[in-house]
Amino acid sequence: MNIHEYQGKELLRNYGVAVPNGKVAYSVDEAVEAAKELGTQVSVVKAQIHAGGRGKAGGVKVAKNLDEVRTYADEILGKTLVTHQTGPEGKEVKRLLIEEGCDIKSEYYIGLVVDRATDRIVMMGSEEGGTEIEEVAENTPEKIFKEVVDPVVGLMPYQARRLAFNINIPKELVREAVKFMMGLYQVFVDKDCSIAEINPLVTTGDGKVMALDAKLNFDSNALYRQKDILEYRDLDEEDPKEIEASKFDLSYISLDGNIGCMVNGAGLAMATMDIIKHYKGDPANFLDVGGGATKEKVTEAFKIILSDENVKGIYVNIFGGIMKCDVIAEGVVAATKEVGLEIPLVVRLEGTNVDLGKKILEESGLDITAAGSMADGAEKIVSLVKA
Amino acid sequence: MSILINKETKVIVQGITGATGLFHTKQAVEYGTNIVGGVTPGKGGTEVEGIPVFDTVSQAVEATGANASVIYVPPPFAADAIMEATDAGVELVITITEGIPVTDMIKVKRYLEGKNTRLIGPNCPGVITPEECKIGIMPGYIHKKGHVGVVSRSGTLTYEAVHQLSTEGIGQSSAVGIGGDPVNGTNFIDVLKLFNEDEDTYAVIMIGEIGGTAEEEAAEWIKANMKKPVVGFIGGQTAPPGKRMGHAGAIISGGKGTAAEKIKTLEAAGVKVAETPAVMGETLISVLKEQGIFEKCVTHK
Repeated sequence: MNIHEYQGKELLRNYGVAVPNGKVAYSVDEAVEAAKELGTQVSVVKAQIHAGGRGKAGGVKVAKNLDEVRTYADEILGKTLVTHQTGPEGKEVKRLLIEEGCDIKSEYYIGLVVDRATDRIVMMGSEEGGTEIEEVAENTPEKIFKEVVDPVVGLMPYQARRLAFNINIPKELVREAVKFMMGLYQVFVDKDCSIAEINPLVTTGDGKVMALDAKLNFDSNALYRQKDILEYRDLDEEDPKEIEASKFDLSYISLDGNIGCMVNGAGLAMATMDIIKHYKGDPANFLDVGGGATKEKVTEAFKIILSDENVKGIYVNIFGGIMKCDVIAEGVVAATKEVGLEIPLVVRLEGTNVDLGKKILEESGLDITAAGSMADGAEKIVSLVKA
Repeated sequence: MSILINKETKVIVQGITGATGLFHTKQAVEYGTNIVGGVTPGKGGTEVEGIPVFDTVSQAVEATGANASVIYVPPPFAADAIMEATDAGVELVITITEGIPVTDMIKVKRYLEGKNTRLIGPNCPGVITPEECKIGIMPGYIHKKGHVGVVSRSGTLTYEAVHQLSTEGIGQSSAVGIGGDPVNGTNFIDVLKLFNEDEDTYAVIMIGEIGGTAEEEAAEWIKANMKKPVVGFIGGQTAPPGKRMGHAGAIISGGKGTAAEKIKTLEAAGVKVAETPAVMGETLISVLKEQGIFEKCVTHK
């Protein structure tokens, strides 16, 4: 799960990690009011969307007075920002962060991730702040330093110190930088983050070490024990179909095509998208109904697929293991009866209780095209959609 | 021969009285798996399906001599269950549970260091040695006894591969699901090593997916060490970057972990990669024929 920059900074502040003073604003007037309260000469107007690259897209402006705050807030609020992370359709800005300007001396990068190679949390740092870390990794890998954290003791001060010295934080600010890193690590483990990225981390003229930006992502498997993080969820930033799906614990991702897919298992769901593409079709979604799906869940999944206007045909590909084919069949029948079905439906069933599942579909009297294999089903749905 | 499990394996089920645990215990017993006990705290002394239930894993191991455990307990309690089995000295712990927080798994991995336990999973279908022992949620009937090893990050895609093999009369020595989470107990290389040493395995199918670099590392290992032909498949060739495709581990981020990169590395290591998931079986057969071991691998007509 993603949260906004201002929410991330709020969390960091609670852990003693220095961030600039700032306030969230939902309207131009609120933005001006916020700048007034901050009372600094210069303030920064920042678009709050769940995507990076806002600066380049015109979503971050430095205002030298309150009039400029008004002008920029008016310009950015309601604007659709297109960045390399939003996709071509972009994202509408509905919230702004009004922040005090600060006297930046140098910019650095600090990030925490779960490293699969070591099965540990790793803190990464670089003196190449403000640029994409992937670019730094590609062009100057020697400028990235890593500290692998032992979960028994957590990040140790000596590791934070070593990292601070390695990335050339000025000597007199190393102590501040260590405090910053220790706080950031604590947020990461306490709140079950999957990524915590501070880019840039800045040192200022008045001797502070601060997070100028904050990107925090959270492990969705751990949200059951992070109720306060769930409160940060902004439904405006998510696809309505994905929201609906998450209510029923379905794993759904919208795509651009016209063939709706319902599959069990993430691997098979991805492979089903691949094979539809192979036969020159275009999947409209990724949808994993999971292992423990009930008839109701399958019905909801079907309704979500049908709510996508682009969908011109549906391919159900099930290989039952934990999931029983008869449950899928009952769900498909119930959903079609409830919402009606005017587009082609191809169903491929295999695995646990397959005969029972096939029987339910046959006896339903619905117009369903049966497929003998995964490839057969993909070929059939592609040709039916093109017909 | 086979790897990890066989008809001698004595299995206990952690979470045996839950709906999922119970359903799959019945299926395993029907398949012939030697299930010797179950564990549900507070239900010790009772029986389900004629199987004795214990309060703790240590009690279950002491009473039954179990050397393998399968875990069906819900995600919030799963890490604890894995560590309990490890502490009781169970050699093989297979965790089916999906949705364990990654920080919990980091602790589990640390806990396992220096211990005598192998963890498979979590978020995996389990392990099967056809016609001998089935531990997990895979449909037993699609598997046939034979000489092809299967190792995979995905559950249902493993069934797909096995089904394609069995339909062509090609049996399997063992099939291992290593799971779709970023932090897991056993990786591709661990399983490839076991297949490499197993006299009864003549060839291997390895099924990967986008995200991480486990497939690339496996490719390097294969190039340097593998004595048997390996065929591959990578799921998620058409997945958009930045989107997590169901599995916590399946995400292309920062241009890393793409299917194209993985396929390239595997092919450079001499692994033939199936173009679509529908031809995993066909691709293996073509390699078996090239190597002149096709006839040896056909175990069912």
